[in-house]
Amino acid sequence: MEYVNPEGLRLDGRRPMEMRQLRAEIGVVSRADGSAAFEMGNTKVIAAVYGPREVQNRSQQMNDQALVRCEYSMANFSTGDRRRKTKGDRRSTEISLVIRQTMEACICQHLMPRSQIDIYVQVLQADGGTRSACINAATLALADAGIPMRDLVTSCSAGYLNSTPLLDLNYLEDSAGGADVTVGILPKMDKVTLLQMDAKLPMDIFENVMQLAVEGCKAVESYIREFAILLKKKMGPGYATAILSKNGGSKS
Amino acid sequence: MEQRLVNTWRMTVNEKKFIESALESELRIDGRRPFDYRRVTIKFGRFAILREDGSSEVQLGQTHVMSFVTSQLVQPYRDRPNEGTLSVFTEFSPMADPSFEVGCPSESAVELGRIIDRGLRESRAVDTESLCVVAGKWVWSIRIDLHILDNGGNLVDAANIAALAALLTFRRPECTLGGDDGQEVIMHPPEAHWVSNHHVREPLSLTIHHLPIAVTFAFIGDENMVIDPTHHEEAVMGGRMSVTLNSNGEVCAVQKAGQGVMQSVVMQCLRIVSVKAGDVTSKIKTAVESYNTERALKMVKRHAPPSKAVDVSEPGQKAKQILEGQKLKSEECSVSQSDDMDVDQVHTYIHALKELTHLRGDVFLVSKDPYSEGVNTDELKATLASCGSVAVPMKLVNLGDSIRDETKSDEPLSDVNPVSSSTDSAGKETRCC
Repeated sequence: MEYVNPEGLRLDGRRPMEMRQLRAEIGVVSRADGSAAFEMGNTKVIAAVYGPREVQNRSQQMNDQALVRCEYSMANFSTGDRRRKTKGDRRSTEISLVIRQTMEACICQHLMPRSQIDIYVQVLQADGGTRSACINAATLALADAGIPMRDLVTSCSAGYLNSTPLLDLNYLEDSAGGADVTVGILPKMDKVTLLQMDAKLPMDIFENVMQLAVEGCKAVESYIREFAILLKKKMGPGYATAILSKNGGSKS
Repeated sequence: MEQRLVNTWRMTVNEKKFIESALESELRIDGRRPFDYRRVTIKFGRFAILREDGSSEVQLGQTHVMSFVTSQLVQPYRDRPNEGTLSVFTEFSPMADPSFEVGCPSESAVELGRIIDRGLRESRAVDTESLCVVAGKWVWSIRIDLHILDNGGNLVDAANIAALAALLTFRRPECTLGGDDGQEVIMHPPEAHWVSNHHVREPLSLTIHHLPIAVTFAFIGDENMVIDPTHHEEAVMGGRMSVTLNSNGEVCAVQKAGQGVMQSVVMQCLRIVSVKAGDVTSKIKTAVESYNTERALKMVKRHAPPSKAVDVSEPGQKAKQILEGQKLKSEECSVSQSDDMDVDQVHTYIHALKELTHLRGDVFLVSKDPYSEGVNTDELKATLASCGSVAVPMKLVNLGDSIRDETKSDEPLSDVNPVSSSTDSAGKETRCC
């Protein structure tokens, strides 16, 4: 199948290096301490953050840092085919773990000992890149909850089809069997925190594709920052300081 | 990082600090340097009662992983009607680590399975199309079971090596289509079996295009990283990265989360992995090769009734003579034992023989089975009896002795040490370092 036509356009009319439209919204779940919705094209996810709160299971309490928990789930109606996904299948368990580890890298856990932070992410519409969208939504929700963070985490995927590196794959491109590289970065520190990759790629091409995904992450970052500045004007100066501060938050 | 379960063994602050500060001067608690890999030992065929092929046991330092590959004929997935399936299952035995609990697989067990699954499946390492029997109806489903017996750290790499070793030695029974409509699947047993009247055929090994080798790094402190972390180092690390690479230098899977690292560090890791992956690949290949040699030897021995001596002096004539011998014998057999004899089978043995001659250089064929002296005669009789209906054209014996002698003399060079005891089928063990 032709994923990039001779004019250099992809199936959905984008250029190879073009991202889908991003849209963010905050405060979508009223009961949560922080919540956000994030859209990347047709992929739509919501994230809700509860905490820092008392540790539910005392045996898991840590005396030097906060406990972070994460749960990823996909709504049954989120994919094209009507498939009843069992809760806690292997894929969502793994994604939950990966999102948790990624968010742990940016939360200042040592500032909230003996407490627990719960992150719930739910995919409402899946069109490729759900993992990335979930991480972006979780960052926003954590900021909305006022949880101290070292930096934002932003994520984006990139792939390699028809010998062309493609940014931000949609479902069709994702399921084409080509390589799929998902990257999450801490933009201010310029560090890669999440890196996942499938399929087979020569090393030099892998480097290019990863670089492209990092560029995508930076684009997401600038979008989220602009969005936060807008919000700050609306909500007052104390809002979302964690992700807007220039010095990169506190380092452990 | 993973230390969140109830029965988790927690490290003291002093121990953690010690590991971190020792790393500053490039020292690790087990005496390795940051980019040294632990010793890998691969053993095969430990479950002789069940089946020998397709099982392996890998020891990576303290880490101990067992892998078992099985196959079954199933209906294919609707979207892939002409492809077999491959699935990975992990089992974290509670005796391996205090944090492993009985019951449903933990997050880390799922992650481990997924990393190995991605490395093998998404990179198409195993040819699944050759596992199709009838498109849309019957395909082979290959299942890899990984059992963690002891957690000494770096389960990903150990489990990956175990899975590859088991896949490489796995053999599925051959099956053909027959029946009135040509749609019936006939399974060919690997050995003559009293309930089955189908032709005996040598089981087939899987087609494996390349070997994706996983190599894991742990990031400790702000700057330091180590390869192949032990469980002590895993308790201290801020992040981990597993890179799966094949010997062509292609990246097959990457899994990294946690502590951030620079992009340049990621690429540096990839380059280190490409070197390490080569080492591990050759280790697996040597181990598998010596297992296969031994297996072929055993096949020859098991199916060899005593016969006249044929002395082969010139390598060129060898195959010819053997072939002639085969033909003669196969004719004989077909006369005496109806049409149980199969041309394919002859070829299989010729192939096995060629492998041996290739390995050995020259072959001696002797009149009397010299093994019978060292062998339990009852057992031998039983074996022969069970092979009674198998028409075996091979008149080859005593290959093992000469090969064993040679390997012994080679030992210091090759590092491979096949413990070849001809009757004890469980005792196949290959050691490499």
